[in-house]
Amino acid sequence: MATGQLFSRTTQALFYNYKQLPIQRMLDFDFLCGRETPSVAGIINPGAEGFQKLFFGQEEIAIPVHSTIEAACAAHPTADVFINFASFRSAAASSMSALKQPTIRVVAIIAEGVPESDTKQLIAYARSNNKVVIGPATVGGIQAGAFKIGDTAGTIDNIVQCKLYRPGSVGFVSKSGGMSNEMYNTIARVTDGIYEGIAIGGDVFPGSTLSGHILRFNNIPQIKMMVVLGELGGRDEYSLVEALKQGKVNKPVVAWVSGTCARLFKSEVQFGHAGAKSGGEMESAQAKNQALKEAGAVVPTSYEAFEDAIKETFEKLVEEGKITPVKEVKPPQIPEDLNSAIKSGKVRAPTHIISTISDDRGEEPCYAGVPMSSIVEQGFGVGDVISLLWFKRSLPRYCTKFIEICIMLCADHGPCVSGAHNTIVTARAGKDLVSSLVSGLLTIGPRFGGAIDDAARYFKDAYDRGLTPYEFVESMKKKGIRVPGIGHRIKRGDNRDKRVELLQLFARTNFPSVKYMEYAVQVETYTLSKANNLVLNVDGAIGSLFLDLLAGSGMFTKQEIDEIIEIGYLNGLFVLARSIGLIGHTFDQKRLKQPLYRHPWEDVLYTK
Amino acid sequence: MARKKIREYDSKRLLKEHLKRLVHIDLPICSAQVTESTDFTELLEKESWLSQRRLVVKPDMLFGKRGKSGLVALNLDFAGAVEFIKKRLGQEIEIEGCKGPITTFIIEPFIPHKEEYYLAISSERLGFNISFSECGGIEIEENWDKVNSIFLPTKSPLTDEAIAPLIADLPSEIGKKIGNFMKGVFAVFQDLDFSFIEMNPFTLVDGEAYPLDMRGELDENAAFKNEDKWGNLEFPLPFGRVLSPEESFILDLNDKTSASLKFTLLNPKGRIWNMIAGGGASLIYTDTVGDLGCATELGNYTEYGGPSEEEMLKLARVILDCATANPDGRKRSILIGGNIANLTDVGATFDGIIRALKEKKSELKEANIHIYVRRGGPNYLTGLAKMQAVGEELGIPVEVYGPEAVMTGICNRAIEGM
Repeated sequence: MATGQLFSRTTQALFYNYKQLPIQRMLDFDFLCGRETPSVAGIINPGAEGFQKLFFGQEEIAIPVHSTIEAACAAHPTADVFINFASFRSAAASSMSALKQPTIRVVAIIAEGVPESDTKQLIAYARSNNKVVIGPATVGGIQAGAFKIGDTAGTIDNIVQCKLYRPGSVGFVSKSGGMSNEMYNTIARVTDGIYEGIAIGGDVFPGSTLSGHILRFNNIPQIKMMVVLGELGGRDEYSLVEALKQGKVNKPVVAWVSGTCARLFKSEVQFGHAGAKSGGEMESAQAKNQALKEAGAVVPTSYEAFEDAIKETFEKLVEEGKITPVKEVKPPQIPEDLNSAIKSGKVRAPTHIISTISDDRGEEPCYAGVPMSSIVEQGFGVGDVISLLWFKRSLPRYCTKFIEICIMLCADHGPCVSGAHNTIVTARAGKDLVSSLVSGLLTIGPRFGGAIDDAARYFKDAYDRGLTPYEFVESMKKKGIRVPGIGHRIKRGDNRDKRVELLQLFARTNFPSVKYMEYAVQVETYTLSKANNLVLNVDGAIGSLFLDLLAGSGMFTKQEIDEIIEIGYLNGLFVLARSIGLIGHTFDQKRLKQPLYRHPWEDVLYTK
Repeated sequence: MARKKIREYDSKRLLKEHLKRLVHIDLPICSAQVTESTDFTELLEKESWLSQRRLVVKPDMLFGKRGKSGLVALNLDFAGAVEFIKKRLGQEIEIEGCKGPITTFIIEPFIPHKEEYYLAISSERLGFNISFSECGGIEIEENWDKVNSIFLPTKSPLTDEAIAPLIADLPSEIGKKIGNFMKGVFAVFQDLDFSFIEMNPFTLVDGEAYPLDMRGELDENAAFKNEDKWGNLEFPLPFGRVLSPEESFILDLNDKTSASLKFTLLNPKGRIWNMIAGGGASLIYTDTVGDLGCATELGNYTEYGGPSEEEMLKLARVILDCATANPDGRKRSILIGGNIANLTDVGATFDGIIRALKEKKSELKEANIHIYVRRGGPNYLTGLAKMQAVGEELGIPVEVYGPEAVMTGICNRAIEGM
């Protein structure tokens, strides 16, 4: 590795595997630093193409999305950093493809858990092709005021606090991504700030090493001193010891190796990072600190004293006149995201939708406050679910059973009714399930299937006003309205609709009161005296019985009942039920591979 | 996840199975594993060679120097082997300062032999170290100057030329056999994501290589690629590491999530308890308590990263249970620390901890718990305010610090007045 700067204020990256937050954080950093171009040139999202909208300061920009690494590199030949947010399973393969692109110089791998043998392949390839791998298992790195990888340095507040929007004089390298952020803060407190900071990652074999970056920092003129935070395990620190001994590093190095606590543990311990393992004496924190100290690094007595050691080293450089004072700039204000502003309670925003029947935000979805597990465990049926989602309450079992019977009775009525016919024609035109279903549903209305609501409305109105069947039927006749729920194409007074009989039997056995139904039967008796086909049909039976259900269950106020009838709940019952049949007809036609339907000429009267 | 040592039994099982698959070498080795749950009659039915051959028995517990410690029995019949095992199973022994019971044995055919060769392969950052010696066996350390090593760079094939310096002193016929064996072992090493293999010693039986003792270490990160090849594999804890129920609980939790949750009980009577976020920071907090001369008071080592609220609640419960288990009126401290987070929502992480604190209100008071919080990062102000509030609500002393404070400053506060 060695040589010098990896990044500049014009560096652009390709970002693998779209992640909104880290990219937005990179762009926010760019804006803070006064960069003219965004640091992300393109996004690679396998299998997807197009654009992603993101903010660059106050403005929205569209960043191109490519489906392959090759296409992205071809489209953005000046982007030379590849930031890989792939999972540990696929990070190695995508990183290798990226390294093989001539335009890519630096690959940063975020995933933790990449197999060692895969990382070794990347290391070998990068070495022989003069490329740099940062990670795996890292947050990345940052060049202050110039370029930032992904989530490095965290929030904007923290970046401002650590003055990372403009370069200082300190080069920093550590294994831990979390601790690198902590150290940016510490370093900002006691020096003029970070010039560049890299977290190499906690793996046993990081793509680039502590010593590799220190040697590189040594070649960057703006960096006046280096800070290293090492860890027990591995021997990377000894490469630095060798470099120091050979005089390859001519800037002050302040170093600390953490993990002195390992001796407190009796048996071998695997600490947080894969590479942090209490192995042999040579790999202990104590031995490495000692060796670094002997090689000429400034090594404090503990982590607590690290900050002072950095401070003293920096102040000495200032005294020696080696530090050019940094010109302080005031970074621009980044507009706060609405979401985070709401979260912190700074602003409020009105919602655009209100919902009262279900909630999918918790551990499990709830219907009207009843969790899915109770619904399943208590053996609820479709009727109970309808009662929760439509009526927002748990109705007694006889009510939900009645709802289920209505659905079963109305599920289908043969292929010739208008809904089924439309569905069949649509399915045969080669349309999909949803199109076929809705073309059938769209026929439901005042003439087809829409009579339940009206039946309920008129029966309720007449009964509540105390009209006799005679007064009711005749007043309707005067208004020119056919009584809904009365009349059948085939059924007669001496050949009743079986479905009506079944409903009436169920209600008489289970309902506490069937006054509306009895009223409907009286109306039927009167209409039958006028014509033999004016029987109570299934719409009338369901409509009147639903009134009994609502009034008799004692679970609805008068106002609620009026509202239910007014909104048209009962047609909902028919739509839901008939969808079952219409879906069946769609599948039936598709299974039978029926061709396009064309109505025969002979069946049309062509006339002027 | 990292490098994990496996038992000799598994090392040999993998070597035998995959030498055959990859290079068609059929190793005539046999081995049987014995634990507390072994039914010897069943074992004998499955491994009939046990009754037909003289046997070797040794513990299979990831520790070395078994011969020197008198734990290897040679040239027994099956009854003798069973007797040897039964006498020692569950017995506590001490190996290099680590104490623990012997729970697992390996039984193999006894192979009278003269030659004892040494072979080791280790994965290094830029390639592989391969070492060989004609003078293997228990005196290997004394004969270390006779070990020859080569470094094979990543991507370079293990050719005859590469091996030549290792086996230059062997007669050419034997050298050829051993060279082929090495190539086979190396192929298995690479194909199965081993990070270390050592055979000390292996010998020749009828002119073919035959490993007598073997150690192996796998890269657990590569488990997802090797599910079929590794088969049913156990990663035992290092010898002497006996898990407390609390530690087993957290280990189990850790295995089931993408978050990182680590809990090691150091001293149940300790008065300083850690609840630290981040792999780097947890190490430094633990260092600092030691640096302040309070290592013996340290109750635990804990590290967490990216837990859900529910997972955090479970981890916090365990730590609080341990921290409050031995009240004696004296001050006890809990360090809820961490570096300035890059992206963790500090407020959300603290919600799990706060739920646990509320559950343990009376225990915390009885154990005279003081809580010291230091954290920075996304939403940290909300997190710190919540912590402060829960302290007031429960009547427990809570001090909170943000990124402006030195990270390990709370260690000093925790120790004051102890």
